[in-house]
Amino acid sequence: MLTEGLRAENLTVVYERVVALEDVSFSVSHGSMTAVVGPNGAGKSSLLKAAVGLVKPFRGRVTVLGDTVEKARGRIAYVPQREDVYWDYPLTVWDVVAMGRFKAVGYLKTVGKNDEKVLKALERTGLTSLMDRKISELSGGQQQRVFLARAIAQEAELYLLDEPLKGIDAESEDKLLILLHELKQEGKTIVMSTHDLSSTFELFENILLLRNRVVAFGPPEKVLTSENLSAAYGSDRVAMHFADVRRVAGWS
Amino acid sequence: MELIQILLEPFGYEFMRMALLTAVTVGIVASTLSVIVVLRGWSLLGDAISHSVLPGLAAAAALNLPLTLGGAVAGITASLLVGIVESKTRVRNDTAIGIVLTGTFALGLVIISKFRPAVDIFHILFGNVLAVSYEDFLTTVLLSAAVIAFFAALLKEIVAYTFDPIFAYVVGLPSSTLHLVLMLMISLAVIAALQTVGIILIIALLITPGAAGQLVAKNLRQMFLISIAVGVTSAIVGLYLSFYFAVSSGGTIALTATALFFAISIVRKMTFSGRRAPQAFR
Repeated sequence: MLTEGLRAENLTVVYERVVALEDVSFSVSHGSMTAVVGPNGAGKSSLLKAAVGLVKPFRGRVTVLGDTVEKARGRIAYVPQREDVYWDYPLTVWDVVAMGRFKAVGYLKTVGKNDEKVLKALERTGLTSLMDRKISELSGGQQQRVFLARAIAQEAELYLLDEPLKGIDAESEDKLLILLHELKQEGKTIVMSTHDLSSTFELFENILLLRNRVVAFGPPEKVLTSENLSAAYGSDRVAMHFADVRRVAGWS
Repeated sequence: MELIQILLEPFGYEFMRMALLTAVTVGIVASTLSVIVVLRGWSLLGDAISHSVLPGLAAAAALNLPLTLGGAVAGITASLLVGIVESKTRVRNDTAIGIVLTGTFALGLVIISKFRPAVDIFHILFGNVLAVSYEDFLTTVLLSAAVIAFFAALLKEIVAYTFDPIFAYVVGLPSSTLHLVLMLMISLAVIAALQTVGIILIIALLITPGAAGQLVAKNLRQMFLISIAVGVTSAIVGLYLSFYFAVSSGGTIALTATALFFAISIVRKMTFSGRRAPQAFR
């Protein structure tokens, strides 16, 4: 029985002379949902990239699903930021979701048009009717769901999502968060980054508030205090804005 | 002269038959790779690889080694060098490519002018279809067949890696190997094109057919088909033009590809505006 989803111990990531992450330690249990929150440049992407081995720690280490990053590869699904993929590709929704099955299908074989796992992932994400559409023609929210569907088809255990809420409307955001919540209830670990403080945080077990170091880590109502937020975002105004959000959410 | 005669006459000559087969083979392999080159935005990288093949060819000629070997090593070295320059000096990607492209090309020129191997630089750069020997033809076909076979076998992995490199890495595909294989394929395509269009004008066949395909294709499969059609048509039409006007085949093949691109984009504009116009007036 897996108990640990993702753990970082004294994780330090350095690019040239820029320290992206310094001494970051936290642990989330398997089957939980975590939001990595912080301003732009706070090291959110670096953390996710370290969790898949795309950037090597300068110091410290990351454990994924109780294993080293190298061994866990394949059990991790990564939903990229918009800018990380090449939108000129005339790929259909089905084409992209089918990619989730490439590793399982193996070399020299193609994914069948009726592959059950692909069709099921499309259905879960409400994309069945759009499966022959070019991904570049979809709305931002639909595009995010395509990449989530690919992760579902991949049958990953840990879902890492880099800024999935960026540039999508409130309705799409709700849909996406509900899907993530369902996946969590099936025992998957979800870790999602966002710089947007207006997101719905009630669904998350943990918030990792980041500004190159861990500002705070724990349940949303404990982490999202005005002191913590002004420490992370460096602006009292953000904290004041958030005091209102807390009131609406019924935390204060 | 009747049309059929015009079409058949060039192929009464042995060298033209050889040239046609070689040119069509090159057209197929370059336009297949073109799809990925264009979609991934590797046009400039393709440019750099083709230029950087020169010092490899020159050194191989000077040392009496197989040209293919020298060219392939040089092409891959250049593509790696671009990555190294980019990451170590933190200059922009296009700048890194520009530095490597000019540096390697200059090195090729220096080697050629020093050792004066028995190869004509003009022919290397722009092709000399009249001189396609049976051996050259065989080299082209074998190289192209190998590239196409590998490309087809790895197609789904290549598409996944070039479309979303982070995904490919995370899901456990051998990203860096795939990258190297692609760079090797582009280098080999450049070498295969040595005789017909030359290492510089092959860039036209590595970029333009894919770009033409992208204008009209609704999916990836269509894009490959259109791109290959444009590549093969350019090779054939270009060769006829070269024969009848007695001009450089590299030039006519590249020009035909360019003309096809503009023709397709104009036709597309007209059909699209034709469809849209009635609505606009409603």
